Order: sequence, then C-alpha cells, then structure tokens
Amino acid sequence: MAQPILEMRSITKRFPGVLALSDVNLAVERGEIHAICGENGAGKSTLMKVLSGVHPHGTYDGEIVYEGQPVAFSNIRQSESAGIVIIHQELALIPDLSIAENIFLGNETATRGVINWDAANSRAIELMARVGLRENPLTPVKNLGIGKQQLVEIAKALSKEVRLLILDEPTAALNDDDSNHLLDLLKGLKGKGITSIMISHKLNEIARISDSITILRDGRTIETLDVTAGGVDEDRIIRGMVGRSLEHRFPDHTPQIGEVLLEVDDWTVMHPDDHHRVVIDNASLTVRRGEIVGIAGLMGAGRTELARSIFGRSYGSRHSGELRLAGRDLKLKTVHEAIRAGIAYVSEDRKGLGLNLLDDVKTSITSAGLDRLRKGLTVDEREEVVVAERYRRSFGIKATSVADGVRKLSGGNQQKVVLSKWLYTEPQLLILDEPTRGIDVGAKFEIYGIVQSLAREGKGVLVISSELPELLGLCDRIYTLAEGVITHEFAKSDATQESLMRYMTAERDN
Amino acid sequence: MSNVASILRGNIRQYGMIIALAAIVILFQITTNGVLLKPINVSNLVVQNAQILILAIGMVIVIVARHIDLSVGSVAAFVGAVGAILMTKHDVPWFLAVVLCLALGALIGAWHGFWVAYVGIPAFIVTLSSMLLFRGLTLVVLEGATVGGLPDGFKKIGNGFLPEVGPDTDLHNLTLILGVAVVALLIFFDFRKRQASKRYNFEVLPFPMFALKQIVLGIVIMEFSYLLADARGLPIVGLILFALIGMYTFIMSRTVFGRHVYAIGGNVDAATMSGVNTRRVDFLVMTNMGFLAGLAGLVTTARLTAANPKAGVNFELDAIAASFIGGAAVTGGVGTVIGAIIGGLVMGVLNNGMSLNSIGIDWQQAIKGLVLLLAVAFDVWNKKRTAGTGGAGAEAEPTPPPPDELVEEIAHLEAEPPGVR
Repeated sequence: MAQPILEMRSITKRFPGVLALSDVNLAVERGEIHAICGENGAGKSTLMKVLSGVHPHGTYDGEIVYEGQPVAFSNIRQSESAGIVIIHQELALIPDLSIAENIFLGNETATRGVINWDAANSRAIELMARVGLRENPLTPVKNLGIGKQQLVEIAKALSKEVRLLILDEPTAALNDDDSNHLLDLLKGLKGKGITSIMISHKLNEIARISDSITILRDGRTIETLDVTAGGVDEDRIIRGMVGRSLEHRFPDHTPQIGEVLLEVDDWTVMHPDDHHRVVIDNASLTVRRGEIVGIAGLMGAGRTELARSIFGRSYGSRHSGELRLAGRDLKLKTVHEAIRAGIAYVSEDRKGLGLNLLDDVKTSITSAGLDRLRKGLTVDEREEVVVAERYRRSFGIKATSVADGVRKLSGGNQQKVVLSKWLYTEPQLLILDEPTRGIDVGAKFEIYGIVQSLAREGKGVLVISSELPELLGLCDRIYTLAEGVITHEFAKSDATQESLMRYMTAERDN
Repeated sequence: MSNVASILRGNIRQYGMIIALAAIVILFQITTNGVLLKPINVSNLVVQNAQILILAIGMVIVIVARHIDLSVGSVAAFVGAVGAILMTKHDVPWFLAVVLCLALGALIGAWHGFWVAYVGIPAFIVTLSSMLLFRGLTLVVLEGATVGGLPDGFKKIGNGFLPEVGPDTDLHNLTLILGVAVVALLIFFDFRKRQASKRYNFEVLPFPMFALKQIVLGIVIMEFSYLLADARGLPIVGLILFALIGMYTFIMSRTVFGRHVYAIGGNVDAATMSGVNTRRVDFLVMTNMGFLAGLAGLVTTARLTAANPKAGVNFELDAIAASFIGGAAVTGGVGTVIGAIIGGLVMGVLNNGMSLNSIGIDWQQAIKGLVLLLAVAFDVWNKKRTAGTGGAGAEAEPTPPPPDELVEEIAHLEAEPPGVR
C-alpha cells in the first residue's frame, strides 16, 4: 500500500479553558477525496488551521507527516509553498480586482517587481480552463456569481502548484448546479493527482464524492469510513457524528392550520439600482396561521429578495402589488413598520445582517424589540436579563451567561440568539431565510423543533432553504420560485425533490 | 482569585487608561515639585480643558456611530464669533445670545447630519468642507479682528465660580457638599449595579476589591473637591462639564437611543434589518455634535473674554485624540463618554505638566502625538492577545444553573410558550 500523503498523529490543541482537539489522528491517502465530518465545534476547522500553519507549530501537541517528512509550519506561507492550500468558507477574493489579478494575488509573475500582464492573463486562461471557467480574465470578480468565484479560488490554488487542497464548506453558498460542477471538478482534479480534503455539512455530497470520511466529535477522532468499500450512506455518517442514529431527522409535528394570515397579491419588485429590471414578477402567495410554507428556488431566483421586499421594502424599488396580514392591508415602507405590523425576518446572513458581533447575548436578543423594554427614558435592563434568560433556557443557548459576547458562540447558538431576537418582537409571521445554514445536525434538529412549536402557537412561518430535504421534511406547503416567478405550489404530499427541482429550473415562457 | 484576573483582563483598556492617567499625574507632581496638584493649578486644569472635554463627549458619540467630525474647531469659533457680535454690535441680552448660539450650533450640526444621513456623503468629507467653510465665515463675521467687550454675565460662563454658601470655613462649602454628594451617588449606583449583576449570575469583582475601588474613587473625588474648594470653588464650566458627562453617560448607556448608536456603529446593516432608523440616528448624532461644538465655542469665547478668528484651531484633533486614547474604535461601535473624558484628561495633564516643566509647545505636540499612537497600539495589542481565548472551536461551557432569585420569575414565564408573553 502506498504511503499516505498526509498523516496527522495525536494532535492536541488547547485554547485557554477549552480543549479543542484531543489526540486527533488523520491519514489522507494520495489522490483521494477525504471528507471531514462533525458537528459545529467538533474541531474540524481547528484541525485544518493546525495543518495549514494558522495555528503555528509549537502551539499544539502531536506530529504532522506530509509527503513522508515531518513538517512544522509556522505560517500559511510555509504550508502553501509545500503545496497545501486551504480555501475558506468566506472567500478571500478582492471584488474590484479582475479574475487574473485575483488568481495571482500575492503570487504575481513579475520581473523585478513589474508584472507581465500578457503572460499573467494567458496563464490565467489556462488555469481557468482547468476549472471549467469560461470568462474574460479581465472581468472583475464582483461581476461573477458566487459559484464562479469559488472556481476562481480553486484556479488560484492551482496556480500555487497545489498538491493537497483543503476546502472548508465549499458548497455551502452554492446552488445545486454550481455544487455539482464543483464536485465534478474535484473528481477531475483527483484524476490529475491532486488530493482534496473537504469539510462539509452536506452529507449527500460527501457520501457521493468522497473516498473516505473521517468523523470528529467533541475534538476527538471517532472513526474513518472507507466509502469505496460501500455501505456508507447519510444515515451511517450521521450515526458517527451524533453518536446515535436519528431515525427521523425532523421532530414529530401535527400541523394545526387556521385561517389565512399573509396574503401577497401580484407582488412585483424592481432591482434597487436598475429600476427597469424585474426581480420579483407578479408573485402571489398565502400563508395560513399554524402553517409552515416553504419557498424553493435556486440561488439567484429571488428568494431572499422576495422575503426582504415583503419585510418593509428592505430590498428593491418600485414595489407594486398588495400585502395583507390577518386581513389588514399593509403599506409598509420601513423595517420598523414591518416589525410593528408583526413580521419578522431571520436573515440568511447571520453575521452580516443578523447580529452585531460586538454585542452580548442579552442586547442581541432585545435589539429588534427594544421598544418593549422602554421604561420612561431608559431601557429596563432588569427585564432585559429576565427576557434573555428565558430564551437562553427555553432554546438551550450554550453560553456561560447572557452577558457573554455573541462572537464567542458557535453558529448554531448564534442562530438561536437571532431566532430569540425575532421572537421577542412577537411576530405573527416569521420569515426564515436559510435558518440552518452552516449549523450542525444536532442544532438543526432543535431549530426545526422551535419552528414547529411556533406554528403550533398559531404563527405563520415562511421558510426559504437551499436544502430540499429540509423543505420536504419541515413544510406543509411549498412554492417553487424561478427567475422571480412563482412557478408552482405543492402540497406536502405531492412534493418530491425531483418535482420541486423541475419547477425550480422552469424556463420563462416568453 | 482567577475571577479578579479575568475581570481585570476584560477591562484592561479602561483600567489601563486610568492607571496611565494616575502615572502621568504622579510623574508631573514629582517633576514640578508639587505644583501640578496645587489648588490653583487644579482649578486652572478644569477651566483650560473644559472646551476640549465638552467636544470629546460629542466626538466619542460620533465615532461610536462610525463617523468623524473635523469641523468642531471651526464651528466653535464661528458660533463664538456670532455670539460676540450679537452681544456687542446688536445689544442682544447675553442669555438670549447663548440660547441663539446653541441653536445655531445645533443647526450647523443638522446641516452635517442632512448630508451624512440623508444624502450619504461620508462625514469626513462633509465636515472637512465645514472646517474650511466655518473658519472662513468666522473671519467674515469678525471682519478679521478680535471682538471683545463682552457682558460680565457672559464671561462668568468661562471664568466664574459657584457662589459660596454657609459659614466661612476658608474652603468653598458648596463645592465640598457637591463632592460628598457625587461620591455618595456613585457608590450607591455602583453598589446597586453590583447587586443586580450578582442576581443575574454575571461576573463581579469580589467584595474586598469592590470596596477598595469605591474607597479609592471616593478619596480621589474628595481630594479633587478639596483642592477646588481650597482654590476658588467649582468653576461654572466644571459644573456644566460634569452635568454633561452625567447626562451623556446616561443617554449612551441607559436609553434606547444610546443602544441604537452602538448598534449602528457595530453593524449598520444588522441595525437596519432590526428596524433601527439608522438615518435618524446618524442625523441626531451629527446634530448633537454641532450643539456641543456651539457650547464649546461659547465657553472658549467667555474664557478668553473675546471672540478671536483663530479660536478653536486644532480643537477637532484634540477631541478626536481624546476619544481614541479613551478606547473608542476607529471602526465604530466601541467607546464610552467616560473613556473620552479620561483620554482628554491625559492630554490635558500632559499639556499642563509639560508647560509647568517649561517644555516648549514644539515638544509638547511631538510627545502628545506619540502618546496617541501608543495608546491605540496598546489597544490593538490587547485585542490580539485576548482574541485567542474565543474563536472557532472554543465552544462555550455548559449552561450554569440560573441564580436562585431568578428561578421563580423565570419559571412562571416559562409556563408560557417561547414566542408569546
């Protein structure tokens, strides 16, 4: 048997007060796609940071053997020159620079500091061809979709003569087409001798493309599964991650559906900058009390735009159409009015739009419903703690106290804080945009439970998600959205992944 | 005692600045052979630095809201000039002139607020424009000359002291009484806050440390009151300043508006999506800065007993430096009024101490420049050092049981479902 390209032996990494990795072992064979799975906080990212030198040699215990040699990287530059390149979840591209400029950023082909742009651009075209990106290398990266930006990142890695490519949640922000393209590309690179390590929460993708899977739990290696030997499916992976088999990945729930709560009629919204570009085209939908309604659409279909335009016109221009909540006509112009009317919107962009990362748990929870804490001129800080403590306990937010900073919390706990924040505004209608993105399986299950209990209380819930199994498991009714048009409405019993996908990709008639 | 260490670490910036201020005071007290803390010099320190400290209060709020105001020196000069002209050339009663000038300052601030909040021009540009505009207008209004001959009542704002009451004791009674009252109030509020924090299971200083803090604070304030009382009593600008510090600390820490300022500074997009009217907050923050710049202009004019075309030059830089030395973040969302005041005092004591040591204005400037850089460098270093304790993978510890006193309160709330109250 060939020698593995990478072996990490007995890696232990401590942060003050926390044991992040404890005696972790990882062996990656040459030319395979090796997936690393685990719940949030299991130590996946920390392990990769140890490998790439973000946590320099000496700050951890254990040994790393790469290409048969023990290595001790003290920064990313050293690991990159050894051929180990890490692509982070948040892309590190500069929006206003061109594709070629981004590919060679920090690695410019220059003679005495002067860049030969002709050589660089032709080299860029070569690299772009290898990742299947057909664009002008002079195009600014901001003009590309997120899927193509991901390809630019990989081209950038290839330009560094990568031998071991590490991808952290590469498909988290991609739609299915782009994801498939990316996964195919990884397989192609594997054929050319490039080994990949992939961290992902999308278990179906992992089961599909990886050759072996190492599962981490609570900073420890649980097992390494050989996928090529067969018998490894999503349920098998989940069993390893959570240490138990989740028979139903959704909590039991009997819907109690009441009268119509939200009615949207002929809703049309233009692009905020280009007032003639139609983003949402004549959309009509309803949500009843106690009902969980899904919106399925590919990235760019206008899902978030639809939700935000309903939420106090926080997206778009020249809105037309009608909006009724509990039979009352709404003419919302600001987010504040929307909140007062009883609408809450939980953004897909937790760190950008959901939280002020400088805040602590309690001020985050009350930040949208602060009006309710007004006591004369002041904020009632005593009541604030009681409120925050109530949510911390009922949702099981893991924090030492409600005075903890939200920056320190894991993604799942941050999401619970954001949910608490919106529930405190006492909404009748709750719009959840990708409520479980980047969250581990256990926390997902808890969030589904919260959503269902809200529906049972008689609230209307509108869920936007890229994960079709999530919509199928959670929703009572699902709308499909394609290019800003609502293309179909499915009852829960009629919907399958295939039928949804057919209407999500529907072409416009004209 | 790891608790103490962790609290000290968490607040090292705050305590660090207080310690630095104390060190500077002690240093100059020694090098000036005790002149620094002579009653008359302490009194002068308050009077001379009042206008910068007033500006620093407004500036730190502007900086927390992720803006800047470069125009405050020019606006102060302009408002002072208009006030002087109103009082001397148009015989407007001084108190009416004061009201008009404060309104003028607020109006200029509203002008900035309009461009910043509703048109979307960066505050740097808007206020750079005003820095030039109002310096020019000051020269126009004063026709290039110094205008004196101001009413006595008005000059008192800059040079006056609180009236004396009660028996003749060689000391200024009212000042001492105010000092005792302030100490009592501070201890009362701090104690109440500590009790509340304990109820909610937050980290608090252990009692001996808490008591020590109160005693030190009490001694410092009483010593300060004593020194002022031994000179001429509390200056009227001092009273204005302390009232402003109390008022703005309250606004920033206890009111919805203050919350909103920190929210837009921390993440303006998240604030917008939480229903905060960010434009209105930006507008009010800039308007308030104009108002305080107007007040600082009046104080300066009153102290100098004349309006001068060169008044207020570089005030904006001192106010900005005070905010940053006092812990405000360039990126917004972080900073306190008290911090800015301490930052301003560091600069003020440096000025005063170096002057007493006959260090020329040239070296004073140079040293102050370095102090600003070092203070912020310390902040950055401190942030990097503490960043390692959080971060990815640092999963929080399990939820501790809630404090007993809260159990009942929470229990009856929990009987209701999570979303409804």
